[in-house]
Amino acid sequence: MSKAIWGLALSCLALVACSEKPQTAGVPKSDTPAFTGTAGTAFAAPGWKAGDKTAWEQQLKARQLNSQNDYSRMN
Amino acid sequence: MARMKFVCDSERCIECNGCVTACKNENEVPWGVNRRRVVTLNDGVPGEKSISVACMHCSDAPCMAVCPVNCFYRTDEGVVLHDKDVCIGCGYCSYACPFGAPQFPSQGAFGVRGKMDKCTFCAGGPEENGSAAEFEKYGRNRLAEGKLPACAEMCSTKALLAGDGDVVAEIFRTRVVQRGKGAEVWGWGTAYGSQKAGKAPETGAKS
Repeated sequence: MSKAIWGLALSCLALVACSEKPQTAGVPKSDTPAFTGTAGTAFAAPGWKAGDKTAWEQQLKARQLNSQNDYSRMN
Repeated sequence: MARMKFVCDSERCIECNGCVTACKNENEVPWGVNRRRVVTLNDGVPGEKSISVACMHCSDAPCMAVCPVNCFYRTDEGVVLHDKDVCIGCGYCSYACPFGAPQFPSQGAFGVRGKMDKCTFCAGGPEENGSAAEFEKYGRNRLAEGKLPACAEMCSTKALLAGDGDVVAEIFRTRVVQRGKGAEVWGWGTAYGSQKAGKAPETGAKS
């Protein structure tokens, strides 16, 4: 009887060695939204307040219209 | 705000490679990796056209769909970014991308593939905005500085437009109306969807 128990325990131990470790794919870290600004303000464009989403959107829009739309710049 | 989009006006692109240089300089992209390239169609033939190509930050990005470790994510502005700490460098994304955007640095012996690198729309990565760690892995985060991608801002002929999709479309529409030609927008339908995208080809038509 005890032999059978020992045998069962050993086979269980052996089978455990064959099992796989759980593999979970890493998930990307959450990203801070761009409108919150940068850690340092040395390179930040002036004219908007970090953390104000509307101001950030207006800043990008103005920059886009002023620098890329040459019809509005020249006419 | 609408989604961030790129468009290259092939009527204006003069193949100066200013966008490529601006990108490499701004993000300190390693040797051998070009996040942006200028492609010339019918090179040497009168009427040749050039376009500047990089990651288009697709609406339904195929790279995101095929990534086995789910390292991609999309920001609220529609910019497709990835986490280099999760990327395993398998290269599936480079096969899936219709624009050839994902790049792999060939450092070390035998050209071992490293972590994937691609255009970030100058929006950095998941590290803290403007931090040294973010710059090291992904380059500058100009969006968080209230600026647009360096490639578009540096474009001398304003062929490359970047920013809010609605404004980009409006600028391009004005140009087409003014000059009366050149309405073809290379890659726009593939990246941002069109009436034909996702539908089966017509009977007898080549796919």
